[in-house]
Amino acid sequence: MMDQAKHKDNRIWRVRPEWPFLLFLVFVVAAYLGLLLLMVGANVLTISWDEAGEILKDPDIQHSIKLTFVTCTVTAILSVLVSVPVAYLLSRYQFRGRALIDTLLDIPILLPPLIVGLSLLILFNRVSPSDCCWMLAGGFLLAAIFGGKGLVRNVTGGLVVLFGVGAMILSVSERSLEDVVSGVGLPMTFHPLGVVLAQFPVAAAFAVRTMRTTFDQISPRYEEVAMTLGCNRGQAFTRVVLPLAGKGMVAAGTMAWARALGEFGPILIFAGATRGRTEVLATSVFLEINIGNLPGAAALSLLMILLAVTTLLVVRFFVGRGGAA
Amino acid sequence: MSNPMLALEKVTARVGRFVLPEFSLEIQEGECVALMGPSGCGKTTLMETVCGLRNGVTSGRILLDGVDITSLPPGARGIGLVPQDVALFPTLKVRDQLEFGPKLHGWDSSETKVRVEGLALDLGLEMLLDRSPGGLSGGEARRVALGRALALRPRLLCLDEALTGLDEARHTEVLAVIRKMIEREGVTALHVTHSKREAEAIADRVVVME
Repeated sequence: MMDQAKHKDNRIWRVRPEWPFLLFLVFVVAAYLGLLLLMVGANVLTISWDEAGEILKDPDIQHSIKLTFVTCTVTAILSVLVSVPVAYLLSRYQFRGRALIDTLLDIPILLPPLIVGLSLLILFNRVSPSDCCWMLAGGFLLAAIFGGKGLVRNVTGGLVVLFGVGAMILSVSERSLEDVVSGVGLPMTFHPLGVVLAQFPVAAAFAVRTMRTTFDQISPRYEEVAMTLGCNRGQAFTRVVLPLAGKGMVAAGTMAWARALGEFGPILIFAGATRGRTEVLATSVFLEINIGNLPGAAALSLLMILLAVTTLLVVRFFVGRGGAA
Repeated sequence: MSNPMLALEKVTARVGRFVLPEFSLEIQEGECVALMGPSGCGKTTLMETVCGLRNGVTSGRILLDGVDITSLPPGARGIGLVPQDVALFPTLKVRDQLEFGPKLHGWDSSETKVRVEGLALDLGLEMLLDRSPGGLSGGEARRVALGRALALRPRLLCLDEALTGLDEARHTEVLAVIRKMIEREGVTALHVTHSKREAEAIADRVVVME
């Protein structure tokens, strides 16, 4: 009687309890986090701490750690340098083909890593500089035809002529691109510099995404006000937008660094996994597994996990406190 | 009658899909005109076109002090803008906001200092010069934006619904400051608003866009 009276009292609406939904959320989160914890825990359980100490003292592994830090840092810096103008262009300018460029920039993220490495290997060893120029001239010709008017058409048209002439001049040589870059002291294939090039496409793609979000979050109104005060576009960018994008740039660099740290397939194919030369931490893990040293591989894996977690915490610190400001 | 400070001669503009119908307007030197109209009629688009922020003029001319500025870049027009969202540069302190224009135009430091301190005094910002925008109230932020726009002694001051979002007390206070500064600086002003009361309180003349 009491309940009936309560339900008939239309001043209190009946609401279903929320615990089943909360239980569902907790279950999914616990299952996912549990898997991650088990993966890390498996590495810890596999480690023989004596062997871990030994492997970290190995000169080849120490070289690998150093090369990892150097290449990841260079890749991160290059990624930020490229991603800032690319992302700013996409964020602020409306032009024909913008959606296409936006999609093309995601290709390195979507491609299987081995294909990134294989493409670089073929580009540097099977394609001549003349062919490179012809391909670039063709690409810019399409951009000039379909990409819009004014400055864009003039610049792309100029690049078509430049690469077309370059292709004709270089066609007298039969050398590969690798021969040319090696000739100027920048050998790539199976060389430490190649590690950076193998890490760069995917790392830069992530940096572009991060910077794009950063610039999208910065109101264009700041630049407009700066322009009424006498700035041109470039000055408004350097004086107003870049200082605002500082934290986003740190986040993009850190993201690129973390991506470069985890890169394996392209490095293996393009730069190789030569001990003491092109070996980085990801390839060290692979080499240790290959020689049957599972505890050693687990120790190196833990080191990489530690680096990745630190990187993520740095990103969270910057992005969580307002990536764009 | 002397030449108007601002003259819009049969201006039409296209910004994206929005088409601004033909519009003409003359504002005399030192006059403050309030531009009113229903939402979506193109008040802000017109103001942004005058400031050079939207390159969509399809016909007509914009003359400022007799000079055709229709195709000049925003920075060359000599127009100060106070936007609706104020848009104070988040990384700069109040002093830097006021110095932004003069420094960019290469004023010498003593001239810049005198101008900035004069503006700070007139706008009641002396105690706020070392504050960041994040620490300012809505009324203070409007006064800083007004000072930033006036620092270069523009020939035209554009105010785009600059009082929107202020409470009644701050609204009245900032309205009085704007009116005082327009008279003190002798600047011609174009004030976009949707408030009839605000328009009548601030402007010498009210123009309604259809």
